[in-house]
Amino acid sequence: MNGSARMARIVGPIVVGALVIAFWHGIVWWFAIPPYVLPGPGVILRTLWSDGPSLLASLLVTLRITVAALAVAVALGGSLAVLFSLSKTIELSFFPYAVILQVTPVVAIAPLIIIWVNDVFAALLVCATIVAFFPIVANTTLGLNSADRNLVDLFRLYGASRWQMLRLLRLPSALPLFLAGMRISGGLALIGAVVAEFVAGTGGAETGLASRIIEAGYRLEIPRMFAALFLLSLTGIAIFAVLSWLSRMLLRHWHESALEPSD
Amino acid sequence: MAETLVAAAALAKSFRNGVAALAAIDLAVAAGEFVGVLGPSGCGKSTLLRIIAGLIEPSAGRLERAAALAGRIGFVFQEPTLMPWATVSDNVYLPLRLQGVSRVAAAPRVAAMLESLSLREFAAAYPRQLSGGMRMRVSIARALVTEPALLLLDEPFAALDEITRFKLNEDLRTLWRRHRCTVIFVTHSVFESVFLTNRIVVMTKRPGRIVADLPIDLPETRDNALRLSERYADRCRTVSRRLAEAMA
Ligand SMILES: Nc1ncnc2c1ncn2[C@@H]1O[C@H](COP(=O)(O)OP(=O)(O)OP(=O)(O)O)[C@@H](O)[C@H]1O
Ligand SMILES: [Mg+2]
Repeated sequence: MNGSARMARIVGPIVVGALVIAFWHGIVWWFAIPPYVLPGPGVILRTLWSDGPSLLASLLVTLRITVAALAVAVALGGSLAVLFSLSKTIELSFFPYAVILQVTPVVAIAPLIIIWVNDVFAALLVCATIVAFFPIVANTTLGLNSADRNLVDLFRLYGASRWQMLRLLRLPSALPLFLAGMRISGGLALIGAVVAEFVAGTGGAETGLASRIIEAGYRLEIPRMFAALFLLSLTGIAIFAVLSWLSRMLLRHWHESALEPSD
Repeated sequence: MAETLVAAAALAKSFRNGVAALAAIDLAVAAGEFVGVLGPSGCGKSTLLRIIAGLIEPSAGRLERAAALAGRIGFVFQEPTLMPWATVSDNVYLPLRLQGVSRVAAAPRVAAMLESLSLREFAAAYPRQLSGGMRMRVSIARALVTEPALLLLDEPFAALDEITRFKLNEDLRTLWRRHRCTVIFVTHSVFESVFLTNRIVVMTKRPGRIVADLPIDLPETRDNALRLSERYADRCRTVSRRLAEAMA
């Protein structure tokens, strides 16, 4: 990456962020909005400093669920996509149900899952996985099926086995779309973990950020609520950044999306 | 008389959507021949080649392949058709890998193949780092690395500039003389087919039939000087005339 592109990538967002914060601060100050309606950036920063440790512990719980859900979604979604690619019949028979799972709002089924699954962590994990897994299935299936026709013929010409076809041709062809799906799923897993905890309510020994947000809402500790939200969005950005980096690393030699300017 | 490797008898192909691509093809290719298949666009040349390779089945008639050809056919597509995620040497290694040859055992053969197509310095490069002509050479190296008994080429140089094309024509002719495999070369260029081959079959427009089967009696070794010779021009005229008749 050349210097000016890197600058744009770093400086651009910082400038936008600074402008928004300044505007926000200006509004709160100009209209003298009380913190329990809309806290200014300064108040939130102070809250973040004072409540940071307790919020971080909760964030860790949410993060654990998110990462576990993403891992399960990758394993499950990836295998399901491979299964689909091996048999059109299986794909046609199961895909509609994957879609149903995708369009069912997780808030609607979370109470059921929480009743069925005794362990809170496991219940939240199931909810977050359900939210996260569709993009991986859909993208990976598409990727596995979009291997170059002529390459498929070439493999057949040399008598490639099914396994060779999958490992040497279909899986590498699917990698870019799989990674794109994973980037979407990373954010969805986080949303799923938070939303499911909202439904589950506070309870159990270890609770995540959603519980902190609910508590803060009950007690009208609005700055604390904003601090928790801020941490949540920071986490979302971090997850996206890590997955984007992973994608770039894996594709840098050959895929258009990850090529660095070579001149 | 050399052994017949491929024989098509009253071979026809219609696709499921009703398009009749080939009608009543009779063609016999003997070991060691370099045959050009010439015809207008859409006349079924690629289809014929894919049937010969065994990638699709004819819908009528028969295609017989010599037993010696089993697993010994190389194919070069119109596009380089390389795996973008693999290096040049891994792309060339692919056919051997699919046939169960270990990387270590294949290494000298892959290296020799890269050498003979002037690709040695690019062994570790990825396809996107190569020019169009170099990609095509990788594709040819991949087809030759298994030492095929029959090499099928489907307009491999159509997308290249004339200078590169002339160079690759010479290279291909040299490779053929060295390896002595049988080649079927599809093209719609009269000049290219006359320069390269020892025999040209001319096809009509769709549904394709073979209307002329012309021997090309030019010297064994061919270089750019040949392109300027009267004999070459004469053969080109003859073939052009037959092609024009086929298209009428
Ligand atoms: N899979 C397919 N399904 C239906 N029709 C096809 C299929 N493949 C080829 N055809 C049709 O068969 C005809 C012959 O196609 P083919 O690709 O063999 O022509 P060609 O001689 O190789 O042409 P070109 O010189 O342009 O490559 C065309 O009309 C094409 O539309
Ligand atoms: Mg063609």
